[in-house]
Parts: sequence; C-alpha cells; structure tokens
Amino acid sequence: MSSIEVVDLIKSFGPLTAVDHVSFRVEDGEVFGFLGPNGAGKTTTINVLCTLMRPTAGRARVAGYDVATQRNAVRQSIGLVFQDPSLDDQLTAYENLQFHAHVYDVPGRERAHRVEEVLRVVELWDRRDAVVRTFSGGMKRRLEIARGILHHPRVLFLDEPTLGLDPQTREHVWEYILEVQRAHHITIFMTTHYMEEAEHCDRIAIIDVGKIVALDTPDALKRMVGVDIVTVQSEDNERAAREIRERYGLEPQRDDTRLRLEVEAGAEFIPRLVRDLGVAVRSVDLHRPTLDDVFLKLTGRAIREGEADPLALMRLQGRLWRGGRR
Amino acid sequence: MTTAYASPVGLPMRSWQAGARANAGGIYIIWYRDLLRYWRNRTRLVSSLGQPLLFLVVFGSGLSASLGAGLTKQLGDVSYVRFIFPGIVTMAVLFTAVFSAMSVVWDREFGFLREVLVAPISRAAVVLGKALGGSTVAMFQGAILLALAPILGVSLDPLLVLKLLGLMFLTAFALSSMGILIAARLQSMEAFQMLMNFLIMPMFFLSGAFFPLRGLPAWMSVITRFDPVAYGVDPMRRLLLGADLAPGITIAGYHLGTAEDGLILATFAAITMVLAVWAFEGQE
Repeated sequence: MSSIEVVDLIKSFGPLTAVDHVSFRVEDGEVFGFLGPNGAGKTTTINVLCTLMRPTAGRARVAGYDVATQRNAVRQSIGLVFQDPSLDDQLTAYENLQFHAHVYDVPGRERAHRVEEVLRVVELWDRRDAVVRTFSGGMKRRLEIARGILHHPRVLFLDEPTLGLDPQTREHVWEYILEVQRAHHITIFMTTHYMEEAEHCDRIAIIDVGKIVALDTPDALKRMVGVDIVTVQSEDNERAAREIRERYGLEPQRDDTRLRLEVEAGAEFIPRLVRDLGVAVRSVDLHRPTLDDVFLKLTGRAIREGEADPLALMRLQGRLWRGGRR
Repeated sequence: MTTAYASPVGLPMRSWQAGARANAGGIYIIWYRDLLRYWRNRTRLVSSLGQPLLFLVVFGSGLSASLGAGLTKQLGDVSYVRFIFPGIVTMAVLFTAVFSAMSVVWDREFGFLREVLVAPISRAAVVLGKALGGSTVAMFQGAILLALAPILGVSLDPLLVLKLLGLMFLTAFALSSMGILIAARLQSMEAFQMLMNFLIMPMFFLSGAFFPLRGLPAWMSVITRFDPVAYGVDPMRRLLLGADLAPGITIAGYHLGTAEDGLILATFAAITMVLAVWAFEGQE
C-alpha cells in the first residue's frame, strides 16, 4: 500500500507556480527523497503534504487520507522535522516532548514510557531536564526527530533534516533517522540539496523549477549518466574543447574554468588526452557519476547554481510572504 | 473541527470523541506551557510588576499633591493613591495578558508556532488554550499587586478576594483574546512595540485608572465607552473602594453595575475569540 500518493499536484502563489503537475507515489516503509536546488519546490510540496498549505489543484493522499479534506487525520498520521528549528527553547527536552504527546493525544498511560523511549533512541535521555536553549544544533535536530516519531506516525517528513549541521553531525543524525525508520517501519519523505544525503534514500525524485525531472533509485539515476566523468582544466579551454570535439567526437560541457567530459573508461582516456591535446593541461579530475552529475545532465545546471535563478528569488519572496502568514 | 472522518478501507476511524480528547489535551498543554514559561522566566515576572508599582508611587504621590481641590472634592477623603490602586492592579492584568498573547509572535519567529499549527487539534483549541494561559498568568500578576491593598488601607476578606480573582480573570481573558487576535496577524516584535504605544497605553490611560470617567469632554467620554479596560477598572474600584467612588459607567443615561460590566467583558472576549480563531484558520 502507498503511504503517499500525489496526482497532478499544483501549488501556485499568484503568478508563480512553485509545484507544477507533480505526481508520484511512495510505498510503505520506503525512504523517499526530493532532491533539488533551493527554490525547486521541495518545501512547498512538503507543506502541502503536511496540510500547512492547501493545494491549488490536484490530489494528494498521505497515509490514505486526503490532505485537503481530511486534514486532522493526516496530521495525526505524520511526523515532521522542519527546516528551521521549531522547539520551545525555554522548556526542557522532556517538556517539549510532553507538549507534543498531549497535542497528539498520546494516551496518558503511555506518555512517560514513549517519551523515555524516543529520548533514548536519540541519546538525549541524560539531558532530558536541560533547557533546550543550552543544546547544540545537532542535539536540537535529534530532539526534533525524537519528537517527530513520538506519536508513532506512519510517515515522517524531514525537510532538509541536516541543514546547517557540520558533516560529522550530519552523519550522526542520519544514523538516528535510519535507526528510527528500521525500528518503527516508518515511511520517510525527505527533501535535501545535499547529494550525500540523497544517497540514503531508496528512491529519489529529482525536482527542478517545480517539476519532477527524474525518479528512480540512486543507482539507476547514476546509470543515466552511466560513464566516468573527466574534468579538465587547460591553458586554453576554447581550443581544447574544439580539439576534443574533432579528435574524439565528444561534446564537452563547459563551466567557468573547466571542461567536463563523459567517457567510457576514464582511467585509460586521461593519458591519451594529455598526450594528444595541443594545449597544456593544468589539471585533470576523474570521478564516478554522482547525483550532481545526474542533475547537471538533466537540467544543464549544477544543483548549487540553481539557487541564483530568478525563480528561486521569487520563491524566496514567496517564502518570506508565507513566513508572515503561516 | 472535531469531525469524524470517513475512513478509507482498513484505516481506523478518528471518532469525534478522540478529536475532542485531543483538543482538550491541546488546550491543557498550551495553558500549562504558558504557566511553565511564566514561572521559569522570573525576570519578566518581576519587571512586569515594576511598571505598575512605579505608576502607583510616582503618580499616586506626585499627582495628588498638585491636583488640589478639584480632585479632592470628587474623591472625598480617599487619597489619590488609593483611588488609582484598582487601576494599577488592572494595569498589571492588562500588560501581562497582552504580553502573554504576544508570545504568539515570538513563537512564530522562533518556529514553535509551526509545531502547534500542524498538530491535529483545532485552531479553536489553540486560541482557547493560549487565552486561558495568558489569563491565568495575568490573574496571578494582579493578585500579587492586590497583596498591597492592606498597606493602602483597603481591607480584603476571602469572599472579596474570590470576587476580585474572578474579575481579574475575566478582564484578562478578554484582553488576552484581543492580544491573540492581533498577534495572529502581527509579523514582528517591532510591530508589537507600535501596538503597545498606540493601542495598549491609550487603552490604559482612558480606562478610568487615573481619573473618574465623569465630566470628561464629550469626545473623550465617547472613546472611553469603547475601551474594554474601563469595564475592568470600574467594577474593581467598586469592589475595593465602594460604590461612591465607582458609580458605574453610564451608557445613554444608564448606570452599569458589576454584572453588566462583566457581561460586556464576556461579550468582548467572545467576539475577539471568534475573530482570533478565524484569523488563525486563514493562515497557511
């Protein structure tokens, strides 16, 4: 059975369409990711799915309930970890969870037991009586994850769950997330613009400018690029590009300083390239395809570049506007 | 929003009882959180007593000397400090209630509001819990000031205290609801500062806390009738100092008694409450 079912979902803000005819399905127990640059429509999608925004058109069901007409039932069935912290930092960790247990109607007999259970999972039991203000970013995130599963939701939404955390903490937070997912057999829907993070997903939807451009397992997506990626920096990229085109029949992609080539066997190709080129080569880099390469291939842009486009700016304005109204 | 949901096959139905229980739990914990925060934040507790005390001492002692015969004639043998005391208690209630309600703006800024708004409880439960929390805290704050009464020569007995607590709670509830209604759409703490200066302070000054609401210029008289705080100050003064000093606000020649004041406060509370729920419903 599907935990999430989205059909032709549209969400517009005035003239701007943030989510544009999006359809997908997430199966029970799956870890499903939305990958894309800031402003691609990831958070808007989450907001619609968790009933914080009403869809402009289309249909979405979460845990079997319609997000537009059965809002409270949806809310009871989901856990949320927002992009920005949403804890009361004047209360203790324990009190924050107590608050959550009450508003989600966790039965009185089970409350204490469940709060202890989730605090132990994220290793904050010893800090339960500390005021949240004294917590580090990673600890707050862990507490939010604990809170997100306290009422035993069927679907856990994670909106950029490790944004602003250092890489080590990020890894750590992921261990907790996957542990929770295994232990409770929860479906996870997450958004991210970190490639490494997307690797944790069973399936990924790559989203750009409000549309899903690809949807598959990380491995299958990478097979779309399929080959080795060689990046070259030379004294004269213009000329190098021309030579490569003529000599090997390859079409290099250019960014500011480098040429990017997709070749079958990169390790053997590099020595030939360096020998054959009429211009001096400054540096060469070889790597297996990453999701970044997939995104680049599909959209012609790197994921981080997407952040500066006009639509992203409009989205940002949209967020500021919404920030005021939510 | 305690509706029963048509359940898809195989999914448990959320009955209206479950919905009602969740809402009750929500109201309770939102109320409880306000109390916790009040208790934890004792600087706020002390500082919000400081201002009313300052008013009491400065205006009470400073003005009474220079006001002279005009006022004495109206007040009889009651000193000006005693006269403004009920107003000062109401001031503490007013400020604490509004401040508590304004924590919604903080919650929005620090993200906690999302945790509340995405919970499976109705907006009415959120607003009610918040208003009850603010009212309880404001009532406490008023009660602390009330403890000064014996020093000012106002005697208290248990029944009177009970009546006063009830009155303070009702006043606070009306003003909390108003505060929440405003906070529902208020974007920043700067805006809140504006509000304090241009709405809350005037509401306080025009409430009859400092001068009797009789013999005022016509325009001012009209405004004071629209000031909800006035309907808290008048009965408080009547309870503390007697009906001579608080003969009741007159509307179209009719003297309002304590019950009518309470009714007006309750009506005001009900209207602002409904509007506040509506303001929250409209938010995405």
